[in-house]
Amino acid sequence: MCELNIWGGVGGAELRGKRSVSPPPAKYGGRHTVTLIPGDGIGPELLNHVRELFRFCCVPVDFEVVTVDSSVVSEDEINNAVTAIRRNGVALKGNIETNHNLPPSHKSRNNLLRTSLDLYANVMHCQTLPGVQTRHKDIDIIIIRENTEGEYSSLEHENVPGVVESLKIITRVNSLRIAEYAFKLAREKGRRRVTAVHKANIMKLGDGLFLQCCKEVAAGYPDIAFDNMIVDNTTMQLVSKPQQFDVMVMPNLYGNVVSNVCAGLVGGPGLVPGANYGKNYAVFETATRNTGKSIANKNVANPTATLLASCLMLDHLGLVDYASMIRKAIFKTLSETRLHTADIGGLATTSEVVQSIMREVQKTGPLTSEYI
Amino acid sequence: MATSRALLSLSRSLQPGWGGRLGSAVKVSGAAASSRRDKSTHTGQIIPPPARYGGRHTVTLIPGDGIGPELLNHVRELFRFSCVPVDFEVVNVNSSLTNEDDINNAITAIRRNGVALKGNIETNHTLPPSHKSRNNLLRTGLDLYANVMHCQSLPGVQTRHKNIDIIIIRENTEGEYSSLEHESVPGVVESLKIITRNNSLRIADYAFRLAREKGRRRVTAVHKANIMKLADGLFLQCCKEVASGYPDITFDSMIVDNTTMQLVSKPHQFDVMVMPNLYGNVVSNVCAGLVGGPGLVPGANLGSDYAVFETATRNTGKSIAGRNIANPTAMLLASCLMLDHLKLHAYASMIRSSIFTTMNETQLHTADIGGQGTTSEVVQSIMRNIQSGGPLTTEL
Repeated sequence: MCELNIWGGVGGAELRGKRSVSPPPAKYGGRHTVTLIPGDGIGPELLNHVRELFRFCCVPVDFEVVTVDSSVVSEDEINNAVTAIRRNGVALKGNIETNHNLPPSHKSRNNLLRTSLDLYANVMHCQTLPGVQTRHKDIDIIIIRENTEGEYSSLEHENVPGVVESLKIITRVNSLRIAEYAFKLAREKGRRRVTAVHKANIMKLGDGLFLQCCKEVAAGYPDIAFDNMIVDNTTMQLVSKPQQFDVMVMPNLYGNVVSNVCAGLVGGPGLVPGANYGKNYAVFETATRNTGKSIANKNVANPTATLLASCLMLDHLGLVDYASMIRKAIFKTLSETRLHTADIGGLATTSEVVQSIMREVQKTGPLTSEYI
Repeated sequence: MATSRALLSLSRSLQPGWGGRLGSAVKVSGAAASSRRDKSTHTGQIIPPPARYGGRHTVTLIPGDGIGPELLNHVRELFRFSCVPVDFEVVNVNSSLTNEDDINNAITAIRRNGVALKGNIETNHTLPPSHKSRNNLLRTGLDLYANVMHCQSLPGVQTRHKNIDIIIIRENTEGEYSSLEHESVPGVVESLKIITRNNSLRIADYAFRLAREKGRRRVTAVHKANIMKLADGLFLQCCKEVASGYPDITFDSMIVDNTTMQLVSKPHQFDVMVMPNLYGNVVSNVCAGLVGGPGLVPGANLGSDYAVFETATRNTGKSIAGRNIANPTAMLLASCLMLDHLKLHAYASMIRSSIFTTMNETQLHTADIGGQGTTSEVVQSIMRNIQSGGPLTTEL
C-alpha cells in the first residue's frame, strides 16, 4: 500500500498546516479510526452504505460503531459516544431522535454531543448541484452557525406557573470565536464577503454583542467585505435573490432556520452535508439533521447528503484523493435523472444510487484502475 | 349590557349595506357611549367604534419613517378621491428622540380612536439598549396580541410559486421580543424569551376562531419544542388544548426549521399557521418573499380593543424613500383591511378590486416586482380604475 500513501513528508505537513484543526495521526498501519454513530431513522441504513462504499474503494478508514439508544433515559450511552470521539478525534453520525414525551430534563442527545465536545462551528456549504431541478440556479453559500450556545442552551424555568422563561445566552468569547472561524474560512476559500445575520434591533444586548464581535473580527480582515442583515430580511432575500449571499455567520437559531431555507433552495435535505468543527474534534453529518423516520428502511432515502458528509470527513483526514474520487462519482450519478431518489423527483432506490456510484468509481477511479 | 346590545343590533339593521350613507341614523347618544367599552360580542368579533361625527370615522395615522409618509399620503389622496368617510388624525413619532412622549401620545390617540394605520418607525441602533423599539412599545402598550398576515399570490405578479394562500397568525407581544436582557457577567448576555400560558391560549384561540370564520381546514403550529422544551412545549400544549375545542379543524405541528424548508419547496401544503413571535417574523418574511416581496402584503395587528394596520413585513424602506419608486400595494391593501375592520366593506372591495385590476390586468408594476412604474403612476391608475368602475362615483 505504500505507493498509495498520499501523506508523504512535505505534502502531509503542508496539508496539516493549511487546515485549522489537524487530523489525528494515522496510527494503525496508515489506517484511520473514525467513530460511527448510526442514530435513528435513515441513519443506520445510509451509514451502512457509506461503509460499503468505503470498503469498495479501499479507503483506509476503520469505523468504530457506537450506538446511542434514543429511548433510554440515562446519559451513559451518549457519554460513551463522546469518549469514543475524544479518542478518535473524528466522527460520522446520523441524527439521534429526541423523544418529546420524556420530561424536559432529558436533553437532546445531539445537543449534548455538540456541547461536550465543544464543536462550536457548524459549517454548511450550499451549492446548486448539477442535474437537480431547482427554482433557483447558481447558489453557492457557506453558512457558519454558532453551534453551542444561543437559544440552544436548554436553560428554561417556570418561576410562576404558566410563565416560562427561556434563556438565550450569547457570550463574547464564543461570538469572537465563531466570527474568527468564519473569516478564516472565508479567506481560505477565497471568498469576498461575510454577512452577519442577527436581530439586534429587538435583542439589542444579545445579538448586539454578537454583531459587535463580528465587527471587531472583521476589522482584522480588510480584504474581506463585511456587512450585516436582519434575519427576517435575510430569509426574504434568500427566497427571492439567493445569489447575493456569499458567506454567512450567525447565532444558533437563525443558523438553524437559514440553513434549512438554503437546503430547501438547493433541492432538499437529502443533498447537503454538514460539518461540526471544534478545536480538537470534528463530527460530520447531514446538514439539516433529519431523522427521516417516515422513510426509514424503505430504501428510498437519498444517500447523497451522508455520502458527501463522508467525503468532507475524508478531506478532513487528509485523504483528499479518495474524497474527490467519491465526490466525482456522486456528482456524475446525480446528473443522471433516472438515478434520482424520490425526494428530488425521481424513482430510484437508495441501493440503485449507491451501486451506480460504485460503478462510477470503478470506471474512473485513479486508484482501482491502476490494478487492472 | 342588554341595552347596548339592543342598540347595536338596531344600528346594524339600519345599515342596509353601505357604511357611511345612513351615518346620521346611527349617531350614538350618551347611553350608547358605554357600548364602546363593551368591545366584543359573543362571537368575539371586534366591534368598530361608532362613527360619531356625522357618520365619519376618525383613524389615527402614524407616518413613520422611510417610505411610510409618502405611501400614507397616497392613501389619504385615494381616500379623498373615493369619498371614503374616514378622517385621519396624524400623529408624528420622531424616531431620533430618546424620550417616550411621542410614542405615548400616539398610543393615547389610538386608544381614543380605536383604529390606526401606520408606517414603520425606524429603530436607531446606535442609541443605548434602554431605548426600546417604538413599534414594539406600541404593540405591547395596546396589547395587540395577534399579528395576522394573509399571503396570497397575485396572478399578475411573476413568482416562482403560484397560487399560494397562507394565513400566518403570529403572537405579537411576548416571546423573544420581550426586550428583557441583562449582562450579569461581563461578556455573557442573557436574553429572556417569555412564553405564558395565557397569551399562548389567547393566540391559539384567535387562530382557530379565524380559521373557522374563514372556512379554513387546517391549523399548523410552528415551534421548536425539541430544543426549547418548556417554552415552546407550553405553546404547543396550549395550541393542542384549544384545538380539541374545534374538532372540525385539523391541527398539526411542525418544527420551524422543517417549516421553512417546506415553505421553500412546497408552500401549498400550508393553510393557517400559528406561532410565537420570532418564528412568526421569519416565516412571514419567507412567505412575503414567496408571493413577490415586501411591497405586496398587508398586515394587521389586532388586540381585543384596538387594531393597527401596516405592511406585513414592517420595512422602513430607507434606501428608496422619497424617490417615488416604492410599491404602494401593501399599504393600500392595509388600508382596505382597515376599511373592512370599520365595516366599510363596499369601499374596501372597490379599492381592492381596482388595485387588483392595476396589478393583474394593466400590469403596472413598480421596480420591486420587476416593472418600471412609479408610485404615483400606480396610484393614478388605481384612481382611474375606481372612476371607471366604482359603484359610488358612477351613480353621480
